[in-house]
Amino acid sequence: MDVNEHEVSPATREFGCEQNLLSRPDGSATFIQGNTNVLAGVYGPAEVKVSKEIYDRATLEVLIQPKIGLPGVRERAREQCVRETCEAALLSSLHPRSSLSLILQEVHDDGSLLACCLNAACMALMDAGLPMSCLFCGITCVISTEGQIITDPTLQQEKESRAQMTFAIDSIEKRVMMSSTKGSISVQELQEAIALSQRASERIFQFYRDSVHRRYSKIQ
Amino acid sequence: MILFNSFRTADPLEYHKSFLKENCRPDGRELDEFRTTTLNIGPISTAEGSALVKIGNTAVMCGIKAELTVPPSDTPNKGYIVPNVDMPPLCTSKVRSGPPEEQAQAASQFIADVIESSEIIRKEDLCIQKEKLCWVLYCDIMCLDYDGNLLDTCIVALLAALKNTQLPKVTINKDTDVPEVDLLQKSPININKHPIGSSFAVFDNTIIIVDPTGDEESLATAVMTLVTDEEGRLCALHKPGGTALSGEKLQHCIGRAATRHREIMKLVDKIIESMKK
Repeated sequence: MDVNEHEVSPATREFGCEQNLLSRPDGSATFIQGNTNVLAGVYGPAEVKVSKEIYDRATLEVLIQPKIGLPGVRERAREQCVRETCEAALLSSLHPRSSLSLILQEVHDDGSLLACCLNAACMALMDAGLPMSCLFCGITCVISTEGQIITDPTLQQEKESRAQMTFAIDSIEKRVMMSSTKGSISVQELQEAIALSQRASERIFQFYRDSVHRRYSKIQ
Repeated sequence: MILFNSFRTADPLEYHKSFLKENCRPDGRELDEFRTTTLNIGPISTAEGSALVKIGNTAVMCGIKAELTVPPSDTPNKGYIVPNVDMPPLCTSKVRSGPPEEQAQAASQFIADVIESSEIIRKEDLCIQKEKLCWVLYCDIMCLDYDGNLLDTCIVALLAALKNTQLPKVTINKDTDVPEVDLLQKSPININKHPIGSSFAVFDNTIIIVDPTGDEESLATAVMTLVTDEEGRLCALHKPGGTALSGEKLQHCIGRAATRHREIMKLVDKIIESMKK
């Protein structure tokens, strides 16, 4: 499962996904990347608190629950990234004055957690049947101390890296919707990482397609 | 004029777009023009270092408090820095009293990430004696007036306050093992890198403006903050969602961020120079 070789398509770990596994939420999904696992649930469109009501679109609320302890400042920053990415993809003007809530539960973190959160969120929103203008996926890249760019790193690879970047890529034009970086990066490294993530995103979108196809072919 | 103002209230997005169509903005700026930045270094005499920064109407105060402590056991030769961004209800009507809002918490995390990524201060410099004593710097950043572009303002305030910080000399008495602080001998801390941020807002996926005001931020489809250091490396590319951005547009923003870095560094150096006189 090591991702060290240079390949035509950037190496990623094994993906796994199950949709509609919880009965109470309107949409749910679990997304697995290697050993990283996130469970997502979506409630809505439902009634919104008057103080949070937006007159021309739905109010989206994202909660990220860590595996251990209470959510802190780091989770708030992640929630902001996931929320604003989902807001851009969702056609929330079709459900004005209503609330959507997305709850992400970290089951296990073995690197690329924010990317896995984004993937789980997208699958759960799909399962809830909410109208979206495009799909999105998350992908994390790290730059190792030797200057090599590794996609979909494990926790160990993240710790040994000197810089880390997470991007959200849209499914239509493969452009960067969200970006969050750590460590100092040269402009060239950034461009390489974006190009690599765009190529890796194709594999994730293909996986989305395959898993939805598999699910609906069983129903018939 | 009355008609014009009611247009602004009734349809703010259309109002802004009508200006952007003509390549200018409601406050008379060009699309890639920052608001006037003013800097006051050292306004708080009781803090180790402080700065008040205004970008347009946005005003941010940063104070640095230094305390002596035991180094964390996993990094025995390093001190540490604790940043905190506060947005009190005073600064904007959007904030209610109570626990800090998401925006303030996300800003705190962002500033902590920038400190970590840019290595603004070498943490080894804050260590006085390995495993025994180190400095902890509490960087309290408070927004006094919020009119957009909080992150850029916070970074300038943090950098200016750190440049202003003077730490007293500390020696450890070998016989008694007690640290002795000499308040008369103060020295500045060594600033390793100078990160400066530049924020951008995107309208309609095509028009990019720099230094958005509060109104522009809330109407834009995406906002992005780039932080660069003096070598032109990126310390942060922070784009919390919103509409997608193409490669060329990003390249343009990186270029603008580099010019902004030079402008701000010149301003900071000028103010520090004028304080010495």
